Amino acid sequence: MAAQDAAAPDGAGSARPGEVPALAARTVVKQFGQVRALRGVSFAALPGEVTALIGDNGAGKSTLVKCLSGVYRPDSGTVEVDGKPVTLSSPTDAERRGIETVYQDLALAPDLDAASNVFLGREIRRFKILHDQAAMRRQTAKSFADLGVGMVQDLRVPVASFSGGQRQSVAIARAAMWAQHVILLDEPTAALGVIQTAKVLDLIRRVRDRGLAVVFISHNMPQVLEVSDRIEVLRLGARVARFKKGEADVDQLIAAISGAFTNEVAA
Amino acid sequence: MSDTQHDVEPPEHAIGQAEVAAIDATVEGDAIPEAAAVEGAGVAVDTRPPWWRRLIASPVLMTFLFLVATLVIFSVLAPGKFNTVSNFHQLALNVAILTVVSVGTTFVIATAGIDLSIPSGIVLGEVFAVKALSFIHVGSSTAAEVSADQTKLWYMLVALVGSLAAGLILGLVNGFTVGYLRIPPMLATLGSLGAGLGIALLMQNGVNVATYALNPVATGQLIPGLDNLILIALLAVVVGYVGMHMAVFGRHTLAIGSSEEAARRVGLNVERHLLKVYTVGGLASGLGGFLSVAFFSTTSLAGHSTDNLSAITAVALGGTSLFGGVAMIIGTLIGVWIPAVLQNGFIIVGVQPYWQMVAVGVVLILAIYADQLRRRARNMR
Repeated sequence: MAAQDAAAPDGAGSARPGEVPALAARTVVKQFGQVRALRGVSFAALPGEVTALIGDNGAGKSTLVKCLSGVYRPDSGTVEVDGKPVTLSSPTDAERRGIETVYQDLALAPDLDAASNVFLGREIRRFKILHDQAAMRRQTAKSFADLGVGMVQDLRVPVASFSGGQRQSVAIARAAMWAQHVILLDEPTAALGVIQTAKVLDLIRRVRDRGLAVVFISHNMPQVLEVSDRIEVLRLGARVARFKKGEADVDQLIAAISGAFTNEVAA
Repeated sequence: MSDTQHDVEPPEHAIGQAEVAAIDATVEGDAIPEAAAVEGAGVAVDTRPPWWRRLIASPVLMTFLFLVATLVIFSVLAPGKFNTVSNFHQLALNVAILTVVSVGTTFVIATAGIDLSIPSGIVLGEVFAVKALSFIHVGSSTAAEVSADQTKLWYMLVALVGSLAAGLILGLVNGFTVGYLRIPPMLATLGSLGAGLGIALLMQNGVNVATYALNPVATGQLIPGLDNLILIALLAVVVGYVGMHMAVFGRHTLAIGSSEEAARRVGLNVERHLLKVYTVGGLASGLGGFLSVAFFSTTSLAGHSTDNLSAITAVALGGTSLFGGVAMIIGTLIGVWIPAVLQNGFIIVGVQPYWQMVAVGVVLILAIYADQLRRRARNMR
């Protein structure tokens, strides 16, 4: 259902028919003990689009992202990559399938420089055991330049001396470098100031313009409206509403989040 | 030294202003500016922090300058006695074994861990070496029967294998308890310190054994004019430098020390890597035991009880952070020398050598305080 859902226009004419979601969830259920965190949630992220995932605390956003990034395995339902059902056994497995995740915190090793962080665990090697720092630094600089990540600092400096926004930019740029299909961003701007947030949102748009599907969790409604091409609203572990860019305003989003509005037939 | 990755100058002041102006500043290809990235953004500010800040920012340089200062002072105070070739030769011999062990433990400390079991690694290395020799009927359990000029290369190799086996076992135990059982390193290695020493004493019934079979390892000269012991210490530093600063192994070690969670999220197998790191530490201790028997011609069951503290002191003096994530092998080499030079110098100039303990303690605390200042300055943003 998810595949058709994503392609099926809810506003006539504006959807791209036949487009296959880069990443989708279909009636996914995830239960922790007595708590049903996800009760048959569906979700789709299209390539070249920013899809916002919003909902109140406890709506199941993070659980869904963890199902999509290989951290959790759904109790039932399927996760699809490029329209094909897959089993993501671990985050590494998800990365192999081109799905990268950026977390709000703890994503980088603070004592390592940006290039070392970008290539951590995937180092360019010489003689099998040595790393080729010059090549990694070169590629990092190039890719940061392509993405317009304004690294005002030396790439040799530990990322601990970067501002929060710069660190988040490094994390997103790293994900963009490695992601083939999808980037999942779990509240990437939660800890950032105004200017840093603007820069990170710019970066998210540039990543999208490269054709990746970007999934973006946020609590900041104006921000969601600003950057998203598509908004999916979760409530109590299920999707309750979907909007396209320009279809909703803040009041409508809040109505959907609080349960006062729905345009989704319950799964 | 100047291009090791951690040898950094944080341009703290500049970033704040430049960031606003440089939203779209790009960095191009090879031409990553060393210290002048800000200029690329069209912001002309002096990014260089004051000299004392830069000095603090480079712990290796600071430690090195301190070492040079002590060398100069003792040379001035005792000309012709302290600054002689034979004195430096003796110093190099004295620090060689500690150098090997400290290089190994630098890796452990780089993971924000600690290895207190070094003495048991050394003593077990000694005991396994002489046991291996008696296993092939070289020497007896009480006295040396092989003089240095009667020994054969393969005797030495057998003893070396014995020592390394001891270090390997100890290292694997430490790595397993720290990495997989998640026991805090200080307690895990405190346990293996006691247990290892106990096993060594049991194996020897508490009695030391002498052997001259290994002497050429220490005092022979493969390269004329350079005692093998010193050569081995230098090789250990080179191997340690490559392993820490140029190899993927060192990169992952530092990443785990910096943020275990970040390392885990990029898919590193943290447990297995910790196992390897503690094994490196154990092997270095075992090798230290081998060299110790070779140099002193005897096991010394009670002679290494504070070697763990000496090694940790050397590593910390050298600028490796006890909080993990930052390590400097060259710094460790310098850090090994400082206590030795102070001791030697105090004796030569006629100061009570006990002052060395006081001086080393003070310098150690200053070094760690400087490390904390660096971290604080860096993390302020």
